[in-house]
Amino acid sequence: MTAATAEYARASGASLKRSRRWALFTSYFFLVLFAIFFLIPPYYMIVTSLKSDAEVAHLASNPWIIANGLTLEQYRLLFRETDFLIYFKNTVIVTLCVVAITMVVSVLAAFSLSRMRFWGSGILATGIFLTYLIPDTLLFIPLFQIVRGLGLLNSYWSMVLVYPTLTVPFCTWIMIGYFQSIPKELDEAALIDGAGHMQMLLKIFIPVALPGIIAATIFAFTVSWAAFVYPIAFLFSADQQVLTVGTVTSLIKADVYKWGMLMAGALVAAAPPLIVYAFLMDYYIAGLTAGATKG
Amino acid sequence: MVDIVRRYPGQLLKPALQPRAGMRQFVRRRSTIAFLMCLPLIVIVAGLIIYPALYSIFLATLNKAQTRFIGLGNFSYLLSRDTFWMVIEQSAIFALTAVLFKALIGLVTAHLVNNLPSKGQRKWRGMLLVPWVIPLALSTLGWWWLFDPTHSAFNWLIRGFGGNDIPWLSDPYWARFSVILVNVWYGAPFFLIMYLAALKSVPEQLYEAAQIDGANAWQRFLHVTLPMMRNIIAITVLFSLIVTFANFDIVQIMTAGGPRNMTHVFATYAFLLGIRSGDLPLGAAVSLFMFPILAVSAVFILRGVRKRGREIG
Repeated sequence: MTAATAEYARASGASLKRSRRWALFTSYFFLVLFAIFFLIPPYYMIVTSLKSDAEVAHLASNPWIIANGLTLEQYRLLFRETDFLIYFKNTVIVTLCVVAITMVVSVLAAFSLSRMRFWGSGILATGIFLTYLIPDTLLFIPLFQIVRGLGLLNSYWSMVLVYPTLTVPFCTWIMIGYFQSIPKELDEAALIDGAGHMQMLLKIFIPVALPGIIAATIFAFTVSWAAFVYPIAFLFSADQQVLTVGTVTSLIKADVYKWGMLMAGALVAAAPPLIVYAFLMDYYIAGLTAGATKG
Repeated sequence: MVDIVRRYPGQLLKPALQPRAGMRQFVRRRSTIAFLMCLPLIVIVAGLIIYPALYSIFLATLNKAQTRFIGLGNFSYLLSRDTFWMVIEQSAIFALTAVLFKALIGLVTAHLVNNLPSKGQRKWRGMLLVPWVIPLALSTLGWWWLFDPTHSAFNWLIRGFGGNDIPWLSDPYWARFSVILVNVWYGAPFFLIMYLAALKSVPEQLYEAAQIDGANAWQRFLHVTLPMMRNIIAITVLFSLIVTFANFDIVQIMTAGGPRNMTHVFATYAFLLGIRSGDLPLGAAVSLFMFPILAVSAVFILRGVRKRGREIG
């Protein structure tokens, strides 16, 4: 290597490094801007929930910071003087039931559709995906009539009945993907060892596809926790209400908006999904992107 | 050995035949079990999705008291109303603009995150996903408070820079802007994770080959990244189009369709007519107008998903 080419290599290496550092700097700069945009509402909700009513109402003071001391008064009011805890309890009951129903139904169906054939199973697998694309806002009016016919209007058990329409198709869809990726040799080995279908599902498929099971469970959990259309249409009394609708409609008493308390309620209601994501985000993202990218 | 075979040919052949008969029986029993395992799913899908969807077509042909068949009366009534044409227009504006900006922001942020050293990517991704993790009804409540007519924190900042208050939710056009802004804020992270996953699946060798051929960053994006991601971009956009068209929470909470019905989308207008005013058939007719756009998107998504499945193998 001559001195000239060595010099050239060093110079181009340095400029490459410089341009890479520049690219990194611009990436961080724009990411910070996007992060500000994405985090403004949650930040502002937290700040408001920690202020006193007087400070929230005060027009001249800076709304973005807590100037007159931090207080947990709003949270105390929320738990002591509203029906918030009833909504919370109702939501927990509904969500647990829906997650359990969804997982049993979709794991059984996905196992069957990914491994065994029966008349119409191919059509069914495609049909499942298509029904996932029918939104709740198209179904809530006929379902209102059906729920009323069953005498379940204004009962949170009607949510246990209708939420699976939101969760089951997609959970089945991602479980089919996960089960299909399990090598066929594993079930052959199990069959030779004399395992039945149930044993095969419980001892091989569920443990091997555990990441998929976790992803589907999180999906069912967040969807039931956040559902809004069905409860606002089917539930009207406070003792039956769930968190989303209860926080948005019933916490507003009279004409006075208790913004501090409302924000406290919204944050406590949003906490369980946030906590779940903080720990299990990777599973969920893997499941979601796999579900969309492959059949 | 040869002796045994000659002496008991049937006995030795039998075990070879038996599994085949057993297999046939096994397969038949297996398909019954398979069907039974799918039965709960079939019951839920048929009873709570397909039946209501078909039932809503029937419901839409009745009068308000559901006593009389009026054919397409509800549909022609809706199409004769200016308000409903505005709902169609606003639904289209809402969905198309929101999806466009979600897709752009998602693409840009996915690239930015992908540029970072892999150590920091997880942290940034987690931070940028927050809007998508908070239940939409609750974060919309936060936005509503940010847009509050007297206490708006945005207006406080604008005043600080010497500007005038913006009527975020009381002026029809600003209200349209605000509901779209919230939808973009909520939906962009979904595009971010989809694109990020797609970016990671592009083989590194392709970029190296392009670099050796002298392609600059923009050319690499145009000729390597985009073609490799085309399918996933299409699926995500169509899927988001369906979800955005059917969105209810944001408009219902922030404006309830107002001012002057100018922010109504199909879902909120169906809710107003069907549930609030108690005219279920008319409400069903409104939400059925969503069906054509959903069906068209669904066909293309299905085609994309199948193609993708074949590519992966």
